[in-house]
Amino acid sequence: MTIVFSLFLLTLLVVTAVAIVRTSDLFAAVMLSGIFSLMLAATFFLFDAPDVALTEAAVGAGISTVLLLGALSLTAASEHASSRNRVLALFVVITTTLTVIYATFDKPAFGDPAAPIHQHVAPWYFDTTREAIDIPNVVTAVLASFRGYDTLGEVFVVFTAGIGVLFLLGSPGNKPRKSSADARGLRHYLIPRMVGRMLIPFILLFALYVQFHGDFSPGGGFQAGAIFAAAMILYSLLEGEKRALAAVPSAWLHAMIAAGALIYGGVGVVTMLLGGNFLDYSVLSQDPIAGQHLGIILIEAGVGITVAGVLLSVYHAFAARDSS
Amino acid sequence: MNAGTLLDIASWLLMSAGGVFILVGGIGALRLPDLYTRMHAAGVTDSIAPALILGGLMLQSGLTLATVKLVAILLFLLLTGPTASNALASASLLAGNRTELAKPYSEEDDR
Amino acid sequence: MYYVVGFALIVTMVLALIRALLGPSVYDRVLAVNMIGTKTVLLLSVTSFILGRPDFLDLALAYALINFIGVLAVLEFFRDRASDRRSQDEERS
Repeated sequence: MTIVFSLFLLTLLVVTAVAIVRTSDLFAAVMLSGIFSLMLAATFFLFDAPDVALTEAAVGAGISTVLLLGALSLTAASEHASSRNRVLALFVVITTTLTVIYATFDKPAFGDPAAPIHQHVAPWYFDTTREAIDIPNVVTAVLASFRGYDTLGEVFVVFTAGIGVLFLLGSPGNKPRKSSADARGLRHYLIPRMVGRMLIPFILLFALYVQFHGDFSPGGGFQAGAIFAAAMILYSLLEGEKRALAAVPSAWLHAMIAAGALIYGGVGVVTMLLGGNFLDYSVLSQDPIAGQHLGIILIEAGVGITVAGVLLSVYHAFAARDSS
Repeated sequence: MNAGTLLDIASWLLMSAGGVFILVGGIGALRLPDLYTRMHAAGVTDSIAPALILGGLMLQSGLTLATVKLVAILLFLLLTGPTASNALASASLLAGNRTELAKPYSEEDDR
Repeated sequence: MYYVVGFALIVTMVLALIRALLGPSVYDRVLAVNMIGTKTVLLLSVTSFILGRPDFLDLALAYALINFIGVLAVLEFFRDRASDRRSQDEERS
């Protein structure tokens, strides 16, 4: 029966995607892409992939929409109609789509227990996680320990993206914002401010919970960093850029961006110095399992710090530029 | 009938009522004529419907950690739904979207 | 039992999506996005009970958070554009 729900949501995704492409009003397109991310996260959830759903919700539905709107506020609001001939592009896209659909005919059925991946790779991960790492959430074990190199690469990708955006846009503190004449933003409304003041501490607490509970339930560094950044973005919206930058200055954010990646790489170097391989957490403590736990906590913290720093710096870089 | 069936029937009723309110709000958001009237319809789905649906789920899960999380979700939705409607209405009014449907009071309405 | 509520939620999400596609002003679209967000929170809660995994409720909570913050951020950016456009009109006239 959940298949019916999934089919419904997938159809809505197609409808939304077509609408995003067909509209020429860019703000509407950003809103629709927010809806797209929301429904995609719900679909991931129905496919029993909660970690991906949480990351998609935290990053795609909230922060992406905010950053796209920030970019739009610096540029035009509607798309110029292109007058080039698009038949060739249409032909290429249709051919590629049909080829990919044809290629999926050979794949095993969705969730088929007899598929090769469920016979060889998945049981090995389950057994080895129980023996060597002993945490309930196998996804975190795979992400943080078995495929630690990949996650190291991801952290450095996020780090590079943050540095790239800061180079292009400059960080606030250099360019003071011209205050617009009609300054009746959210910070002048009482109700959102009071509600925000009540909520922000709990949101920060929830970010910490998601960070440290990643071993036991869906969660981990990426999601926690995004939720932390969202809480600070809420503070910045409700209290103003100046107070937000006074609360968490740009220097701290730059330090956070570098510190997270440094922690992750540092754990790898320390494990090498202690005699193991790079990112082999078992040597971090007398008991290999405790070493694995310690290693996973440290690198997840590194991931969370970098992600939070990058998302917040990018937001401030957009928000501090005047649009006129 | 024992307590289990009673609990099931109660949560069935609560969740069905919540589903009815959700549908009513959705149809209202589509068919009502103006932005501000549509906000009323959307507000129905933000306040009473989550209370009923999550109340039904709480009856199903008993006294466990899941109920605590459901209470947290419910409190959050009840706190932030009306706030978002307020902010949306204020932003829309400030941008200049007047509504034709709400006329200021005048003496002629009483006669 | 859960499927009935889930079906009602999905139907309402379709209706809100139609409003997002139709909505003449941009605030109608923001309203539709907010509605779809809160319905998704409820859908996640109901689905976590269908799948029998109550620890998925963390996702619903995170979702509700992100939806709220996203709507406020969107309104702030629209407010910026509207006020900038109004100040430009005042300068011109």
